[in-house]
Amino acid sequence: MYVAVKGGEAAIRNAHRLLADRRRGNRDVPALRLDQIVEQLSLGVDRVMAEGSLYDRELAALAIVQSRGDLIEAIFLVRAYRTTLPRFGYTRPVDTAAMLVERRISATYKDLPGGQLLGPTFDYTHRLLDPELAAGGAVETPAQRPADAERMSRVSEILAGEGLIEPDGELPVDRDVADITREPLEFPMERDARLQALARGDEGFLLALGYSTQRGYGRTHPFVGEIRIGEVELELDVPELPFAVPLGRVRVTECQMVNQFKGSAKAPPQFTRGYGLVFGQAERKAMAMSLCDRALRAREFGEDVVAPAQDEEFVVSHLDNVQSTGFVEHLKLPHYVDFQAELDLVRRMRAEHGRTPAVGAAETKEAAE
Amino acid sequence: MKGGRRGERQEEEQRKAAMAALAAAPAHLLSDLWAASGLPDEAEPVRGPETGLVTIRGRIGGGGAPFNVGEATVTRATVRLPTGEVGHAYVLGRDREKARLSAIADALWQDPKRRGQVEARLLEPLRARLADADRRRREETAATKVDFFTMVRGED
Repeated sequence: MYVAVKGGEAAIRNAHRLLADRRRGNRDVPALRLDQIVEQLSLGVDRVMAEGSLYDRELAALAIVQSRGDLIEAIFLVRAYRTTLPRFGYTRPVDTAAMLVERRISATYKDLPGGQLLGPTFDYTHRLLDPELAAGGAVETPAQRPADAERMSRVSEILAGEGLIEPDGELPVDRDVADITREPLEFPMERDARLQALARGDEGFLLALGYSTQRGYGRTHPFVGEIRIGEVELELDVPELPFAVPLGRVRVTECQMVNQFKGSAKAPPQFTRGYGLVFGQAERKAMAMSLCDRALRAREFGEDVVAPAQDEEFVVSHLDNVQSTGFVEHLKLPHYVDFQAELDLVRRMRAEHGRTPAVGAAETKEAAE
Repeated sequence: MKGGRRGERQEEEQRKAAMAALAAAPAHLLSDLWAASGLPDEAEPVRGPETGLVTIRGRIGGGGAPFNVGEATVTRATVRLPTGEVGHAYVLGRDREKARLSAIADALWQDPKRRGQVEARLLEPLRARLADADRRRREETAATKVDFFTMVRGED
């Protein structure tokens, strides 16, 4: 028999009303505008876009306000919104070599063509809190220096010239590009499906896994071949026009990780690679993604799968923070009936335990599992 | 015949460039320019404006096999002018008015008599603004370029 218990409507209504009040906070303090969040908390906005898997700054800013700055909640809101929209199609693959570069560094080549461009980075700051920022002082305009609009080739192309590095990853051309939003996850995955999952994966989870590979759990000997941040053009093929329609630009972060060698009887040793591509300015995430991408290629390179970061099913099944939070947080919802059943069980076990103490111990353990 | 095909291709390239300038335009700038242009903004809506998603693709390693990175919001519109031209627009974001005006601009652009006006009053100012913003961005980035120098130690 199942007996439904209802109740709590008024409590829920008032709780949401209280939430709205607390979200707004002290009415003497001006309410945040979305453009303030887009402009001044832009990396938080970028994170919500990347993990919410939806490039739309204003929506991400709205989600951040609505969630009171709880970014995982904001990502959840964005994911839910996505499902309400029709899909117009797939863009042509972006060309990151044609990027309008805002930052570009390499840890492997000092004098690469185009140079090391630091851009707006936290690197080399002293990580000291700045009281002037709290006081709201004026900010200097950026310095400028003449620049030419040259195409900045990717660092991987430099090593590729000598055959010292594996080429950009190819997959059989006769198959459709995997889309994890359309088909259920199946293991083992191809690299395209894995990269799609990694691109929307939780930054903290991927960061920890990437770090674990550096500490020896699936070591890959990485170097940052290149990180670049900037805007790329999007183009979409549509039936009503004879050319690909330009949609505008999005900012992305790309990381080319260069890893130690692989060779075989047939092929001489060469560097291997991990790749990261993330919406917005998201350098830490792009680096973590490329470390995980390389670690997850263990099977492809015939490496022993001995560490969590190399275990595709483990990584891909747990990287999505919306799924994770859904299953963890559901535990706080009413489980009154489930728990009642467990209570009955433990009472029965205890009663049996009292009757036959010697045999009971082993049986109890089994039943509890 | 051959010249006609080449002309057609060239016109497609120009139309695409016009759409690129419209898509990259800040919405408020487009409506301000439109208001000052004297161009008609009346057209029969054929489809939309409506907002949907496109899935953005990248390539493994930058140049390898394609993979899906995530979605972006896009708003599209199709309009028909009283004179019969049909215009299309697909622009990033959720601004329906921007998509509508862009579709009208595309339709007007296809009329050889009005193309010059669209180019001069809308597209040229939009391109100039974009080129200016891009140049400033490049120059600000260039100012953060590292100039390495070598410290010489010892006698010679």
